[in-house]
Amino acid sequence: MASGLPDLAGDEDSLRRFLIGLPPVDPVGLEARAATLATRSIKKQSKLAAIDLAISMVDLTTLEGADSPGKVANLCRKALVPDPGVPQTPLPAAVCIYPDMAAVAVESLAGSAVRVASVATAFPAGRSSMEVKLADTRLAVSAGVDEIDMVIDRGAFLSGQWGLVFDQIQQIKQACGEARLKVILETGELATYDNIRRASWLALAAGGDFIKTSTGKVSPAATLPVIHLMLQAVKDFRALTGEQRGVKPAGGIRSTKDAIRHLVAVGEVAGPDWLDPHWFRFGASSLLNDLIMQRRTQTEGGYWGADYVSID
Amino acid sequence: MARTPVRKTYKLYLGGAFPRSESGRTYAVTDASGAFMANAACASRKDLRDAVVAAGKARVGWAGATPYNRGQVLYRIAEMVEARRAEFIDLIKRESGAGAREAGAETDQVVDRLVHYAGWTDKLASVMGHANAVSGPYFCYSAPEPTGVVGVLAPESLLGLVSCVAPVLAGGNTCVVVTPQACSTITFAEALATSDVPGGVVNLLTGDLAELSPHLAAHRDVNALDLTGADPELRTELGRSAAETVKRVYIPRHEPDFTAAPGMARLRAFLEVKTVWHPTGAVSLAGNGGY
Amino acid sequence: MDLDYAPAPESAAIGRIADRYLPFIDGEFVEGNGADLESLNPATGQPLTTVSTVSTEDIDVAVASARRAQTRVWSPMSGPERGKYLFRIARLIAERSRELAVVETLDNGKPIKETRDFDVPTAAQHFFHHAGWADKLQHLGLGPDPQPLGVAGQVIPWNFPLLMAAWKIAPALAAGNTVVIKPAETTSVSILVLAEILAEADLPPGVVNIVPGAGDIGAALVSHDGLDKVAFTGSTQVGKSIQSALAGTGRHLTLELGGKGANVVFDDAAVDQAIEGIVNGIFFNQGQVCCAGSRLLVQESIADEFVARLKDRVETLRVGDPMDKNTDVGAINSQTQYARIGSLVDAGREEGAQVWTTSCPLPEQGWFIPPTILEGASPTMRIAREEIFGPVLTVMTFRTPDEALAKANNTPYGLSAGVWTDKGSKAMAMASKLHAGVVWDNTFNRFDPTAPFGGYRESGFGREGGRTGMAAYLEPDEEA
Repeated sequence: MASGLPDLAGDEDSLRRFLIGLPPVDPVGLEARAATLATRSIKKQSKLAAIDLAISMVDLTTLEGADSPGKVANLCRKALVPDPGVPQTPLPAAVCIYPDMAAVAVESLAGSAVRVASVATAFPAGRSSMEVKLADTRLAVSAGVDEIDMVIDRGAFLSGQWGLVFDQIQQIKQACGEARLKVILETGELATYDNIRRASWLALAAGGDFIKTSTGKVSPAATLPVIHLMLQAVKDFRALTGEQRGVKPAGGIRSTKDAIRHLVAVGEVAGPDWLDPHWFRFGASSLLNDLIMQRRTQTEGGYWGADYVSID
Repeated sequence: MARTPVRKTYKLYLGGAFPRSESGRTYAVTDASGAFMANAACASRKDLRDAVVAAGKARVGWAGATPYNRGQVLYRIAEMVEARRAEFIDLIKRESGAGAREAGAETDQVVDRLVHYAGWTDKLASVMGHANAVSGPYFCYSAPEPTGVVGVLAPESLLGLVSCVAPVLAGGNTCVVVTPQACSTITFAEALATSDVPGGVVNLLTGDLAELSPHLAAHRDVNALDLTGADPELRTELGRSAAETVKRVYIPRHEPDFTAAPGMARLRAFLEVKTVWHPTGAVSLAGNGGY
Repeated sequence: MDLDYAPAPESAAIGRIADRYLPFIDGEFVEGNGADLESLNPATGQPLTTVSTVSTEDIDVAVASARRAQTRVWSPMSGPERGKYLFRIARLIAERSRELAVVETLDNGKPIKETRDFDVPTAAQHFFHHAGWADKLQHLGLGPDPQPLGVAGQVIPWNFPLLMAAWKIAPALAAGNTVVIKPAETTSVSILVLAEILAEADLPPGVVNIVPGAGDIGAALVSHDGLDKVAFTGSTQVGKSIQSALAGTGRHLTLELGGKGANVVFDDAAVDQAIEGIVNGIFFNQGQVCCAGSRLLVQESIADEFVARLKDRVETLRVGDPMDKNTDVGAINSQTQYARIGSLVDAGREEGAQVWTTSCPLPEQGWFIPPTILEGASPTMRIAREEIFGPVLTVMTFRTPDEALAKANNTPYGLSAGVWTDKGSKAMAMASKLHAGVVWDNTFNRFDPTAPFGGYRESGFGREGGRTGMAAYLEPDEEA
């Protein structure tokens, strides 16, 4: 257990006291702060730097029932060559897929800097037994993925079984081995900012390497106020324990403008230490192409067209 | 053999008690014809200071009483005046030289004025207050609150005095009243003292307006002045002095006719409007839909 | 890595700053008979433009013009017609909002972010709101036919030049009064651009007269015999002298004066949002706000951690070129104010307070003061009692709600206060016990034309905004 935190494992009462004792969140104040910060004007060389950083933070994602080895291979190819016309374009951080596609992705990206992340634990609903969730995780881990994106049991969380959620995250973390664990809170289902703050701390205390907003299957997904809240949590967690953890918004971030607003929040709320693909990711699919188009606009001028960028 | 009557000395009404002036001074009150009526305490600067302290101490309790309670207390004053109707009529006749019918009418109006303001206490917030439709996620309202301690320079008639004091009380203020008219005023104080008005809420000082009022106007713990009873020259002088602490100063726009139905000006003069903002966030992140 | 923000300056050209600005009297821009004054750009200390000022004779002319307009045109005009002029002005402000924002930033020194997102849109909103009152005066609760007071003399400060003009002019006009208004000496430009808008709106001549000048002109205006009403926003000291000068004249007076607002943070507060509120409360407009939350009262049990987090947040504020869209804290309006703030901070240091300032680099020219926090302050210190009117927060602690109230109310002022607690009943109870005209529960520095604003005690009297604010420009049609 991290130093500075009370021992929360296996002690439902301590966990409850700790989470209830977190400062409450005022929604209006939080949203006002997020809206104000969203007016930052990022232009010229700052914009280009931000675009490159954002590209390097993308977890290029496909999570569809229709996913096939061909589709995943194409996506991996896209990750390796994001903009065929401009080889110096940064590579995205990872490709994110379902566990049964993990082997395809690992093979396609072998030897590259692009990592493989797999969702697991009966993604997206998480409605299955712990045995199934662990088996799901092991399937991906054994395929050689670098990262696991698990979902928490929102039903358990909302019904107050915080110890159960904590325990499940610990079990999955153990099953991950060397792989980094991203804990998806599905913030849209947690319904309140207070719940999101509690779930963030619960996931961090249980050993999650990242806290992630959403599966992408529920609306609302990633919003700026939610990201503010989660960035504040990892910042405060580091201040308390000395351990740095990451944040991943997912779902709904489609434009360069949105991505840059998130980066501004990362820099000003959590701090510059988090402006790094190791600590911040975007879970997205169409975002990458918009970033590439905007990158071209910045470097070459004129407005770029969608049909000039490859669709994976 | 004729009985020797027991004469009454009119004392001050201060902090709920009836002390003599600390200065030991008294003055002779005469009736309309100039004949001796009674001796009255002549308040000093120190009495005034004590009265402001008493009003200050009573402020929080009176302002914090429920409006319903304040209304009942004001109504109780009316009951007490009504009960002593004959005494007031007698005093008014002697003080002003008015006939019985006129003095009776004035006494009735005093009672009715008190009843009128007794009915105001729990309506001020809804008449003067309002919800503000601000363009943002906030519940914002404005509501009147009492100004605090009001110094009242009362006009000579009892109806005038009550017309000044009652709205001050209805709004939740406490007051220090200075008046030269001792007999009916202090008899009114006796009605106050027997009508559940907490001590210090009203303090009545009889004496010389010109002597006392500059100290009232300059006192830093007095928040507002009602200069109805002052002449124009004194009003200007006191108004300048009041500016030193940004006191609210009420001067009637026209020479007041106390027999007319009162409007709201005297209520408004001693009420502050406070605006309070409170955020009203969405109940839920997804809660923008209809419930 | 760090994400450095490249300079993102708004274009000064949008402001179309003229070489010279003239008083606006009787519907015309006329040369004033006072000495010219140079308006400086506080961000550089360099001259921005020249303003022709008025003489006392010009004030006579302006007041006479306002009187004519009031009795012959504006008061006889029907409410709906008056209202349409105000609606028109609101629209024109919105249409020239970008220009006005640039003008205000160049002349005042406040960040373009604030002029663009707050000052100018709120000014337009004030006209729009009050426009709608013009034909509804009978619904104000002042009787079936309340009457305008006549000619209003108005003096406004330099901290929100355009917005204060809107606060003063819009209700006065809606009620059927006419106006002679004097802007602050250092900030005359935006109101003279507003004058162009008034002319463009075909507002009848004399309804609004704008008379630039220094303090002596303000004194001459407020004591002018031709006025029926005086409205002043500014320092308590000047307010007192105006109240004294008007004693016995029977003229109506409203005063919006200084403050030393307390921002009370309880240990059960939403801490992160409280910190945002404290920052907004004291660093908005460089703290040059009469209702600024200049005294932080934080519960002792969380004080150390809270102040540490607060400093951490203040470190992220970007101090610098007000024209840069990413600037959070701009320039102090004048050399005089800059010096005054500095001397009060020095006094705090000498009295034993610890002075902390953010490490954000400051521009080399112009009047910039870094956001400053004075810790270890006690209620006896000047910095805890006097209005600093700058980006300087005084920190004190309390242990119980009673102590918080006692300390918060321990000031001759009574303009604003803030309360931070997640407990609704405590917030409401505190709101009712704080001696302040405006109480912000779990927020701070919110303004709206529908919400009355004004002070208790030495923060002045009368309200601006909403139904209560309209009453400051009308005579109720009832006897008392």
